[in-house]
Amino acid sequence: MELQSIWFFLWGLLWAIFFMTDGFDLGIGTLYPILGKNEEDKRVMINAMGPLWDGNQVWLITAGGVTFAAFPIVYAVMFSSLYTALMLILFALIIRGVSFEFRGKIDDPRWTKIWDTCIFVGSFLPALLFGVAFANIFKGIPIDGNGIFQGNVLALFNPYGLLGGVLFVMLFVQHGAIWLTIKSDGELHENAMRISRKIWPILLSVAVIFLVYTKFATNLYDNYLANPLLFLVVLLTVAGLLGSRIFMAKQEFFKAWFSSALTIVGTTFFGVIGMFPNLFPSSLDPAYSLTAFNASSSPLTLKIMLVVVVIFVPVVLAYQIWAYNLFKTKVNKQEMTY
Amino acid sequence: MDALFLSRLQFAATTMFHFLFVPLTLGLSIMVAWMETRYVKTGDETYLKMTKFWGKLFLINFAVGVVTGITLEFQFGTNWSIYSAYVGDIFGSLLAIEATAAFFLESTFIGVWIFGWNKLSKKAHAGVAWLIAFGSNLSAVWILIANAWMQSPVGFTIRDGRAELVDFVAVITQKFAIVKFIHTVTAAYVLAAFFVMGISAYHLLKKRNIDFFTRSFRTALTFGLVSSLVVFILGDLNGVVVAEKQPTKLAAMESLWETQTRAPVYLFAWPDEKNERNAIEIGAIPGALSFLTKHDVNAEIRGLKDFPPDERPPVLITSFAFKGMVGLGCVFILLTVIGWFRRNKLLESPKYLKIMLYSIPLPYLAVQLGWLLTEVGRQPWIVYGLFRTSDAVSPISTSQVAISLIGFVVVYSLLGIAGFSLIAKNAIKGPDLDDTEEDIQPGAALDKSAA
Repeated sequence: MELQSIWFFLWGLLWAIFFMTDGFDLGIGTLYPILGKNEEDKRVMINAMGPLWDGNQVWLITAGGVTFAAFPIVYAVMFSSLYTALMLILFALIIRGVSFEFRGKIDDPRWTKIWDTCIFVGSFLPALLFGVAFANIFKGIPIDGNGIFQGNVLALFNPYGLLGGVLFVMLFVQHGAIWLTIKSDGELHENAMRISRKIWPILLSVAVIFLVYTKFATNLYDNYLANPLLFLVVLLTVAGLLGSRIFMAKQEFFKAWFSSALTIVGTTFFGVIGMFPNLFPSSLDPAYSLTAFNASSSPLTLKIMLVVVVIFVPVVLAYQIWAYNLFKTKVNKQEMTY
Repeated sequence: MDALFLSRLQFAATTMFHFLFVPLTLGLSIMVAWMETRYVKTGDETYLKMTKFWGKLFLINFAVGVVTGITLEFQFGTNWSIYSAYVGDIFGSLLAIEATAAFFLESTFIGVWIFGWNKLSKKAHAGVAWLIAFGSNLSAVWILIANAWMQSPVGFTIRDGRAELVDFVAVITQKFAIVKFIHTVTAAYVLAAFFVMGISAYHLLKKRNIDFFTRSFRTALTFGLVSSLVVFILGDLNGVVVAEKQPTKLAAMESLWETQTRAPVYLFAWPDEKNERNAIEIGAIPGALSFLTKHDVNAEIRGLKDFPPDERPPVLITSFAFKGMVGLGCVFILLTVIGWFRRNKLLESPKYLKIMLYSIPLPYLAVQLGWLLTEVGRQPWIVYGLFRTSDAVSPISTSQVAISLIGFVVVYSLLGIAGFSLIAKNAIKGPDLDDTEEDIQPGAALDKSAA
């Protein structure tokens, strides 16, 4: 496989890891107004993601940085044409990030209320917008031959884009609810389980509608029809989805969480494989599409970056797995940090 | 007002705001790790209390620094897409390496440090503090290598209408990058040292927790004294590489209009850009500029008139930022040297303590002036001598940038107020010396088992 193709899949992998890790943080934040019934539950929810969210978010920085390094033209066109959507994501992530640290520092209900709102908005909005953005990328973005956006920002909220947004929110909420069952006990634990069970059929329906709608809204399936073996990815994704329900019923929460992680990674790769070699397809003319081959960095840069990624991503994964393992136990209500 | 002007304003505002928080992270992370190490080595509980108190302030500051950092990575693509496409081959890879090799380290272990007090051994926990300090300083290495490349592009060739990498080693080892890195991080250490000394001075003036704050003050004093000397020496070296690579910045810094041998340094000069001269010049030291930059009093230095007007940076901002930064740098050396002689009689030196309290904002001002000099002095280039800032902006509408700029001003103002007032509130409150036994896991466990 040539360098550019390897980088195409690494690019997809980094986004997939970001959605898999920070996805449960965004999901818990989205559930925050529903499950955070009292101060103690709220704090347990924050402390359930507290030790991990910051490291998770760096996968986004890395995915963005690698887009810049390996496919600079994609980075340039993607970020400038999705300007408003990205700024909204940015503001949301900013207010979410400081909320955890700020919220408990002043003992005043008005103060905590502000940051409670920020946690919800800062989690729900990115979950939705990442879905909207990626669904639109699957569909194609109205960019011309110079990579200039010819559309309207509001046009991103077309039915398929919105469906992608809802799908992401559901995936993350499910992922977050499962993580919360791992990290909590008592009533919150029961409530998280109940929410997970309630969401599952909705998630399933949204996923099925998305898969069918994708046939009409995009040409992602072309790659699959050309090579039917690729449908295994879809099967794995479905297996993950079923697994998360089955393991939840058996109260095997870690297995349920891994199944849900598989669903998220599978969903991301479903799109990434379908797009190949397009990274940022144009809806105006396929000739304007940015691909792994016409938008990449020089071979030297791709080689150096490959060495960097091959060395450091496994190292990062190793210490992050160590950190996850350290913080997989239930939140101790006597020593909550936030 | 167009997208270019607003994008420049937005970049300046968001970057300067981000750098209100970064330097304290760089320096305080090291001091906190050192305090925790002292605790592990000596078992002295005061060091643990110091770790927790300064660690708390560190974390509030860290939170704002982290979230405002995301903006910077996004902004090259959103607002400077033409630049990004042109230099991504080199500049983009440096940012990606920063995220992969450094930023992960500090961000993952910060969570472990905050939540790991009862899960790790004392030694391992102190080790985690060092990983955070190492990770954040390593981040600075890569970011400053990237910035140095904008100042002095090396190791590339122009192919297919963009800059492509040909020599990676040249990019990461160029003198400009090394000097810039040491100058910038030691400046950050000075800021962190003055932060700790200033807050300690406040409590010493009130005669509260005297042992605690005397130790904190002295720790920071040593750190600050060494750092302010290194900053100064490296600042001089920085001038030498600027003279070599960025003649227009050098001329603007010193408001030197005419090319001349035995070029002078003016103690004060007010440039008049319209008439290409200085309206006021006070205290010229002949040959000083030639000597400082070329180590030869007779060396020729090129003046601004030697360059076409459209290749000169704004002289007033550049020269004032430079003079202000250097002046403050001298003040920091003076204050830390005085402190060194008073280190054993701090309580008897209320005047000195008061000065140190009110000096907290000065290093903040100095580092901002330093960046103004670096970035404004590089204009009109975004990559010096290669690519103009005016050619770099994204094809986006003015209204988009106007709205996001307003958003940043509002959100960042609120964030700044919240962040700094939380830091101030906790700094004034001082350490929780009475209920620490609950906090200290090993000690608390022992007490309980003894009971």
